[in-house]
Amino acid sequence: MRHQTLVSAVVVSVVIAIAMAATSSVAGQSAPLEKPRAVAKAVAPTKAYAPPKTPDGQPDLQGFWTNSTYVPLERPNNVTKEFYTKEEAEAAMKRAAERESEQTEPGTTADVHYDFTQFGLDRSQSTFATSFRTSQVYDPPDGKVPPMTAEGQKRVQERNAARKTAGGQYDDVKNMPIGSRCIIMGGAGPPLQNAGYNANYQIVQGAGYVMILTEMIHDARIIPIDNRPAPPSGVRQWTGISRGHYEGNTLVVETTNFNGKNPFRNGSENMKVIERFTRVADDAIEYKFTIDDPSTWTRAWSAELPLVKTGGPIFEFACHESNFGIANILAGAREDEKKAAGQKKGSSN
Amino acid sequence: MPNRSLIATSAALLMAAGVSMAQAPQTPAPARPAAAPAYRAPRTADGKPNLNGIWQAMNSANWDLEAHSAAPSPIKEFGTTGAIPGGSGVVDGGTIPYLPDALKKKKENQANRLKLDPEVKCYLPGVPRAIYMPYPFQILQSTKHIMMLHEYAGAVRTVYMTDQTEAPADSWMGWSNGKWEGETLVVDTKGFNDLSWFDRSGNFHSDALHVVERFTPRSADTLNYEATIEDSKTFSRPWKISMPLYRHVEPNAQIMEFRCVEFVEDLLYGHLRKQPTSK
Repeated sequence: MRHQTLVSAVVVSVVIAIAMAATSSVAGQSAPLEKPRAVAKAVAPTKAYAPPKTPDGQPDLQGFWTNSTYVPLERPNNVTKEFYTKEEAEAAMKRAAERESEQTEPGTTADVHYDFTQFGLDRSQSTFATSFRTSQVYDPPDGKVPPMTAEGQKRVQERNAARKTAGGQYDDVKNMPIGSRCIIMGGAGPPLQNAGYNANYQIVQGAGYVMILTEMIHDARIIPIDNRPAPPSGVRQWTGISRGHYEGNTLVVETTNFNGKNPFRNGSENMKVIERFTRVADDAIEYKFTIDDPSTWTRAWSAELPLVKTGGPIFEFACHESNFGIANILAGAREDEKKAAGQKKGSSN
Repeated sequence: MPNRSLIATSAALLMAAGVSMAQAPQTPAPARPAAAPAYRAPRTADGKPNLNGIWQAMNSANWDLEAHSAAPSPIKEFGTTGAIPGGSGVVDGGTIPYLPDALKKKKENQANRLKLDPEVKCYLPGVPRAIYMPYPFQILQSTKHIMMLHEYAGAVRTVYMTDQTEAPADSWMGWSNGKWEGETLVVDTKGFNDLSWFDRSGNFHSDALHVVERFTPRSADTLNYEATIEDSKTFSRPWKISMPLYRHVEPNAQIMEFRCVEFVEDLLYGHLRKQPTSK
């Protein structure tokens, strides 16, 4: 009984860790890889497409979208071109899907609860976006995030050192990943990132504003598009502060004023994110972002990932309210410490 | 004199119903927002009353929906900064019509507020509490969806204007379907769990809660807000709250991030630290 509980706790924390990292390796159950229920059409920008307009004349980006995709942020080492052929893209997707549905990770039991492919609505069972791109990063042209500056590297070292002095991950809730703590999850960004599961968004446009709701932890980004001045530098937020404007049919959103507690790929709090949303088909938005952070990277870099239409609506994701994981994991760690202390005492007798 | 004739009509109706004027309530009913001089709101591009904006209640309903006197802070160290301001109440008729057992539970809730109030733990506020918490919220209006975007805990509600369905599951913020009745946005919300409260005084509900809200523009920068609350497991009859909401008119008004989970982690998990901060 005790063993069983421990195993479940480990599996849950593994799943949470995976959700955070949004990696492609997932502990799964022995269900065979099923065909995705719906695979949205590849995003193929059509020059002729004229996006619909909202009643007040904004290019209409509204609806429910997902950026769930198998396209990795950085180009795989053995790939040298920017785009796959159709056959290559399908093969790469199949390989990634197989990795995702592969059963247990070594050392875990096959009979796991809350398995992604069963309950997580991961890419094997929900809409996901396909693209011929070999990587989301397209600038620099090698498809890799550019090298870090000396200052950026130093910051990474300092962050790692601070993490070490703070103690073990399960010593304190503050040492645990912010997704596990239900503060913010990877998908919200900015930039929007494929969150591994529930990578769903709702866009609503009203007079003077665009709102992007990320399903995970009901994160609503409210973007004014009324040319108001830049926010004062004293206000710092987890997801920064966004200002938007339209360039033709493209919504351009600039976000600054990050608080540095949720650094995107170890960026600084002075990072500026520029996102560009262009409706290129009834069921697709071209989503590009540029990261401008000279104190972290030797040059600005840009990436593109597809946003495709998905069936709504979005349900409430009350994460913190049901976060039994944190208390259970911490209590388990304290229990282990007690047990270890007891054994030490016993062995010294 | 339409007023005169209204009174005469009412009197006639009362007499006809066999009720003598002497038995009629002595205090006149409070003026209904509906009776306020009709205000016609500006229209959105799709022709609907324009409720877009950042709004906030200006009352002490979040402390107690019912009338209450000022009181000291429940935490001594906060001094005056944590004191409770008095309020005349926002419940029509003054009292929430609890069933006897529910009233007992309300009193227990109130006595153990710091331990039990979901707001203390940064939990989602529920409805209608989200509307009159001491934080602004933004209404963002589109034809299909009207968003209620709350600063507190980043709580969000989508009001479905066209693609309406039954609540798919119980939730903290419920499942809202909306419609326009003249100048008024009417929002019908069901599918609640039984975990949220109405205020810091332990007023509560069950999962049978059904809330019908009415947002009616009353001037360029104010709305009338009414919520009718129905929950046969908790209350003996439906009851109603009403209050004005005020627009944030400052040009740099915006909903700020208030990610309060981080603020309550020590409170909720501090005792599980390797070196506990508290017992």
